Amino acid sequence: MADVNRGNRPLSPHISIYRPQLTSMTSILTRITGNAMLITALLVVWWFLAASSGQGYFDVVNGILTSWFGDLVMCFSVLGLWYHTLAGVRHLIWDNAVMMDVPTAEKLGWACIGGSVVLTLITVIVV
Amino acid sequence: MAYLTDRKRAMGLGSAKSGTAHHWSMTISSVALLILLPLFVFTFGAALGGTYEEIVAYYARPFPAIVAALTILVSFKHFNDGVQTLLEDYVHGLAQKVSIVVMTCVSYGAAAVGIFAIARLAL
Repeated sequence: MADVNRGNRPLSPHISIYRPQLTSMTSILTRITGNAMLITALLVVWWFLAASSGQGYFDVVNGILTSWFGDLVMCFSVLGLWYHTLAGVRHLIWDNAVMMDVPTAEKLGWACIGGSVVLTLITVIVV
Repeated sequence: MAYLTDRKRAMGLGSAKSGTAHHWSMTISSVALLILLPLFVFTFGAALGGTYEEIVAYYARPFPAIVAALTILVSFKHFNDGVQTLLEDYVHGLAQKVSIVVMTCVSYGAAAVGIFAIARLAL
């Protein structure tokens, strides 16, 4: 931290007294899903690398990605992907300085949560 | 001096003035991904689970291959910009610099591997 004096002067409590709200939770979830999807992206790249390398390597990686555990990871990834996508749209809306009042922001938050579940179900059914 | 706040110490120094470009870069990649990701999810999803021969034939077609290559490229650029902000928020000092360098290398490295693999698969 740039502040070398942290601890030398009195500070108000922050996280310790912070009440979780829909707006803050949906915000941090955007960051968590976005960064967690690195794992998914690396798995997808690995799968393409294996597919381009030949049958033997492909069967190994494809076996991992299409196993029950691979399916589980992919399902959560799709949920995270749609959530992050909808939350990103919310940011694009907010960038125009509209719909920023708390009731509307909370409605958009529920839309991100509900919408990502619906889109995930559609994806699982279609794919 | 002991009672100076972060803000008081920083006032008058000015900013690095690169924040706007970073934000705009994320805006562009996010809009691009809004188009690319649904296309990728439903082409990749259709291919996943097929046999080796089916996958090779599928990604020999231009549309799925170009969508996959573009999605990997733009995703890793978007991820790199995003993870940089994450690291700047939570990691500080030397560890911050090292982790940003490492994640930038991972991002561009993985993108290069992905695009190489798709090119070899498609051609």
